[in-house]
Amino acid sequence: MSMTQHAEPAVDTPPAPGRKQSDGRTRQRPLALRLLARPEVGVFLGAVAVLVFFLFAAPPVRDGSSMANILYQSSTIGIMALPVALLMIGGEFDLSAGVAVITSALTASMLSYQLTMNVWVGVIVALLVSLAIGAFNGWLLVKTGLPSFLVTLGTFLILQGVNLAITKLVTGNVATDDISDMDGFTQAQKLFASTFTVGGVNVKITVVWWLAFAALATWVLLRTKYGNWIFAVGGNKDSARAVGVPVTFTKISLFMLVGFGAWFVGMHQLFSFNTVQSGEGVGQELIYIAAAVIGGCLLTGGYGSAIGPVFGAFMFGMVQQGIVYAGWNPDWFKAFLGVMLLGAVLINLWVQRTATRR
Amino acid sequence: MDRSSHPRSRRFAPVVAVAAAAALTLAGCSSSSGGKKSEEGAADASAGKATTPRMTVALVTHQAPGDTFWDTVRKGAEAAAAKDNIKLVYSADPNAGNQANLVQNAIDQKVDGIAVTLAKPDALKGVIGKAEKSGIPVVGLNSGLSDWKNLNLLEFFGQDESVAGEAFGKKLNEVGAKHALCVVQEQGNVGLTQRCDGVEKTFDGKLDTQNVNGTDMPSVKSTITAKLKQDPSIDYVVTLGAPFALTAVQSIGDAGSKAKVATFDLNKDLIKAVKSGDIQFAVDQQPYLQGYLAVDGLWLYKNNGNYSGGGEQPVLTGPAFVDKSNVDKIGEFAAKGTR
Repeated sequence: MSMTQHAEPAVDTPPAPGRKQSDGRTRQRPLALRLLARPEVGVFLGAVAVLVFFLFAAPPVRDGSSMANILYQSSTIGIMALPVALLMIGGEFDLSAGVAVITSALTASMLSYQLTMNVWVGVIVALLVSLAIGAFNGWLLVKTGLPSFLVTLGTFLILQGVNLAITKLVTGNVATDDISDMDGFTQAQKLFASTFTVGGVNVKITVVWWLAFAALATWVLLRTKYGNWIFAVGGNKDSARAVGVPVTFTKISLFMLVGFGAWFVGMHQLFSFNTVQSGEGVGQELIYIAAAVIGGCLLTGGYGSAIGPVFGAFMFGMVQQGIVYAGWNPDWFKAFLGVMLLGAVLINLWVQRTATRR
Repeated sequence: MDRSSHPRSRRFAPVVAVAAAAALTLAGCSSSSGGKKSEEGAADASAGKATTPRMTVALVTHQAPGDTFWDTVRKGAEAAAAKDNIKLVYSADPNAGNQANLVQNAIDQKVDGIAVTLAKPDALKGVIGKAEKSGIPVVGLNSGLSDWKNLNLLEFFGQDESVAGEAFGKKLNEVGAKHALCVVQEQGNVGLTQRCDGVEKTFDGKLDTQNVNGTDMPSVKSTITAKLKQDPSIDYVVTLGAPFALTAVQSIGDAGSKAKVATFDLNKDLIKAVKSGDIQFAVDQQPYLQGYLAVDGLWLYKNNGNYSGGGEQPVLTGPAFVDKSNVDKIGEFAAKGTR
């Protein structure tokens, strides 16, 4: 790929007849088509379609508090889908992201509890551990040149085992102890897992964090040098290096960003549910990756946006909860989910094909 | 060259973390409430120690990693092993084929007895036959109540999931429930399905089922919230595992519902919730007892030729109910993670 940012597809078409002739390379395509060719537009239309569908199919969805619930579900996926998407634009992906969330929550919980310390100590150490896991993934990848599938599959298995073994070793059980009566818990809960009221509807704070992170990620991606580096290393790492992009730094920092996301979601789970079961988190990595891909990021890297995965995560939350709101037979739950998501991806694909066709 | 320097810095990281933690403790970051310091130094149950010759017992279950329930089973088995001078070899795999391989592994080790769960009896039939042929006594526990006799097992320790479900349904009638929701955390799990079916059999009101993704708590929480919102007439939420019951309590708050929560299986946080009235009751199949009796049963057979249950009937470990009336007593044991 090239160093150009997403969107503009190859414009090597001959100039349209009957129009004012230019040299053909700078020809402006119609605004609608240019919009459609952006990576997030397909998923946006998909999300709107799914929303409208459920507004009709499931009457409870029309209620404000139901929407808050859907947004909450979306936000816990979406906060992780953002760094996962950035990493994917940078040409890599992370299979350890799901269990890394639990690793972080376990670290914070056990450290505070076992040493009887203010929970903020656990929160900070958990952040360091999460960043270290990300750095390790990135470092190993860059050093060995192995595909990210292998490296992060390894970390995934290591973390899964370590989560169980250390929890069992330290607490004697496979779940952590309740930390809700410890110093600092209420403060931390305010930050990571509180609820506030907007117009009579209880909204979870994770929704705010999710949108704030998305705005920040969009800005970084489109307006900063670092954003350019991400596109560059995902497109072609060698040519990126040749023009002076610090490839090693970019890749490692992207993995650390995933670590940061895992820490944040892990803290939400810890302060929302007070204890953590060490076997959780398995399988979530695929949902994060799915949200990013549905959101218009290519598995091959170099293409995508930060706002796309926001709609991707929303679609996931919407479908998952919409099925319940509609009161459909629960035996079909996962099948419904799969069909809906495939449908959404196909809409996404169709929109992009249409947009890039002459 | 830098291959040697990098691992060193990684090995250095935990040291830094511990030092930082120590410094923080000194700096006054310790918590004045809760935490390890407030935990009572609870001693494990112990009933002396047998002087019989050392024997080896393999416990092979279909545990999924990180499940609190199976941890309790294992603790019971370990307690019995310690008492009976037994070396316990524990292994588990939720995949039936892999579990069969683990049983074969135990046969190859020439253990003196095997305790096995029969979540998928057909898959284990062949290998259990091999164990019997090579003279190793096999007992069943937890699941497989309808199959242990066909497979010629010595004895069986567990709860009939259908019977437990039926008892649960009767209890729901007693507390005046009209419309209950059965929350399944693992779609397609036979035992969990039997529980819901059992409840449906005896419950006079209406019972709905809802599948949730058990490995993702936030999703469990919002799915139950959504279901309560979709059908406001639900007045009882029935969960099939303790952690999900505690999450259901939060969902009810979010949905602004007046539903109550009751559950299968226990853990120590659940005991607190029963005490505080957040959760009405829990049915306990006593997993500790299942592990303990299975190992102890093998010891009794080897050293005294005993058959628990007379070799004819299963030994039932549940359903035992935990509610406000007996929660204080059980709470003492649950704090140790053995109930």
